[in-house]
Amino acid sequence: MNLLGEPEVTEEGEFIINIGPQHPSTHGVLHLKVWLDGETIKKVEPHIGYIHRSIEKMSESLSYRNFIYVTSRMDYISAHINNQACALTVEKGLQVEVPARARVVRVLLAELTRLASHQLWWGCTGLDLGAVTPFFYAFREREAILDIMEETCGARLTQNFMVPGGIMYDIHPNFQNRVKTVLIQVKEKLKEYDELVTDNVIFQGRVKGVGVLTAEDAISLGITGPSARASGVSCDVRKWFPYEGYENLQFDEVLDTGGDCLARYMVRMREMKQSIHIIEQLIDNIPEGDFQAKTKMVIKLPKGEFYQRVETARGELGVYIVSDGGSSPYRIKYRTPNFSNLWALPVLAKNAKIGDLISIMATLDLIIPDIDR
Amino acid sequence: MKPLLEISLSGFASQIDAWLNAALGGGTLVVATEMVVTGVVLLGFLVVLCFFLGYMERKVAGFIEIRLGPNRVGPKGSLQIVADTVKLLMKEGITPASSDKFLFHLAPVIVVTAALLAVAPIAFAKNLQIWDLNIGLLYVSAVSSLAVIGILMAGWSSYNKYSLLGAMRSGAQIVSYELSVGLSLISIVALTGSLKISDIVMAQQDGWWIFKGHIPVLISFVIFLIASTAEINRAPFDLTEAEQELTGGYHTEYSGMKFAMFLLAEYINLFVVSAIAATIFLGGWMPFHLGHWQAFNGIMDWIPSSMWFMGKTLFVVFIIMQFRWTFPRLRIDQLLNLEWKYLLPISMVNTILVALITIMGWHF
Repeated sequence: MNLLGEPEVTEEGEFIINIGPQHPSTHGVLHLKVWLDGETIKKVEPHIGYIHRSIEKMSESLSYRNFIYVTSRMDYISAHINNQACALTVEKGLQVEVPARARVVRVLLAELTRLASHQLWWGCTGLDLGAVTPFFYAFREREAILDIMEETCGARLTQNFMVPGGIMYDIHPNFQNRVKTVLIQVKEKLKEYDELVTDNVIFQGRVKGVGVLTAEDAISLGITGPSARASGVSCDVRKWFPYEGYENLQFDEVLDTGGDCLARYMVRMREMKQSIHIIEQLIDNIPEGDFQAKTKMVIKLPKGEFYQRVETARGELGVYIVSDGGSSPYRIKYRTPNFSNLWALPVLAKNAKIGDLISIMATLDLIIPDIDR
Repeated sequence: MKPLLEISLSGFASQIDAWLNAALGGGTLVVATEMVVTGVVLLGFLVVLCFFLGYMERKVAGFIEIRLGPNRVGPKGSLQIVADTVKLLMKEGITPASSDKFLFHLAPVIVVTAALLAVAPIAFAKNLQIWDLNIGLLYVSAVSSLAVIGILMAGWSSYNKYSLLGAMRSGAQIVSYELSVGLSLISIVALTGSLKISDIVMAQQDGWWIFKGHIPVLISFVIFLIASTAEINRAPFDLTEAEQELTGGYHTEYSGMKFAMFLLAEYINLFVVSAIAATIFLGGWMPFHLGHWQAFNGIMDWIPSSMWFMGKTLFVVFIIMQFRWTFPRLRIDQLLNLEWKYLLPISMVNTILVALITIMGWHF
């Protein structure tokens, strides 16, 4: 039976297999209905909603200060960037000037988050392809970054640090030293990552030419982030719609033309280096001054609509607020990257093998709570 | 110099034999008793060995994955496996309601039996061998391929699509890789001129085949390692289990002791494969000798032959374990391509080379 109550149609020799909602490589509760002909995939139908928590609706009943905390639970791997997007939208409505120190610290934390997120993705990709060891290597560096996060804002995973007007507290005195130490460590270990996984013949065989996403498909499906950039679609929000002073920073938008799993993999590996480059530019130049602009106790946005997009580790996150002038949003809509990126899966997995489905899912880097919200 | 342990397991065995003959008056009863004793001793040895291999695997994994591995239960975590076994024994064995009950219960038994049968002709030390039959290698390769029946049975009877896919994969995989394993065995059989394990070991008295046999034997050794890793379904060829794809493959539906039996079979197979590799390529229990350097050879002789055998076997086990913790898994079509397009042609050419070497007497 499908969702409409109609009986499922299978061709002669085909059978349906349910991958998920509890499956080791869906990284959460994603349910894929897969039509198989032997080992070959004929059709994939993602069923979502198993971890729907109605974050949008919850946000509507929370104040402009409080709704930001809920968004840490959407894409929990890049909580800082989600918070940043919300804070930026509220600031747009309030038209407050964020102090320079807060802006720089936000960018630093966002890039550290991106680095940690890509490391987690790298480890999980290895794990999905059957190599357990990369996971531990990735977590070694990720732990060091999470330690910095912990020292800065008290949390390791669902951080809440960005508030409308700046950041919640000033940074820890150790912050700069620790970030520099971690950067040295990560730069050294990225070579190890390449030796362990990137250059491996079996790995190359599993990802090269698998799941090719054309630029046209990427645009029409609304794929963003590294997954789209691997198909040659230039879509880095930090370049196209700069925010928080990204326009003053030197970094490249990483593009690849392959569109296959290897291209997506390489784009993320190179993005890690770009993130390190951005952090290096800023870490010694954190301006002195306030870390938070003065805002009223109860924030009320003027009547109107406000939209802000940011580049998370997985693509474009848009926050759309409709305000009726009250102390909480009238309507909130999150345009999350993973929801759009998921729909590349049925296209890419067609006529692939079961093993390819896993490679494709791994390199699309899906975070399920971000799909369902 | 006489070996340290020449107490000799063989002397011990013949004493028991004499004692039994005296006590039971010879005949069939003695043979039957000896068979039972051997079986019990062997089973005990293999279970302890599997505990050790499991512990070793976790420690090797920990070493490779920059973590500690088990370190809580017992000294340095050495009793962790015992604790895990107790846990598995206590677990409820769930049988899926719509499974084929008879086949479902029979499958793990077949898999373990096939693994145990293959241990018979292995020479554990000088004169310590259960059954030195004249077609030793052929017997091992024949018996070890029986396991595929058990795996197919497990996949079919579980009434689970994941299990079935895993079982079908294993059918394709084991049957394919059997060929390369067989051909790499043949290269040593050609050099030795015998299938008998004791003959193969004795032929390596003046040097192990891996040193004596030039490059072709080295190639056979590498092919044997790759193909036998595939044959025993270990990573990177563990497509039958493929946790990330099939959640557990053929043993998805198994729990408790029946699952433990699959695990036991996996480690016995690992041991058998490594033991065969050590026997035919690395000289079995033969000590390492260096030309006519008497002093050195004497020291090597002093090390007991069982130590030599176990040392070599564990070395091969260590290599195979490193594969598992380093490489990603292949895809099913790549797995079959590797065998049919690369390994098999290479082994065929290699077999001809070895035959040539044997005929011309070019080996040392």
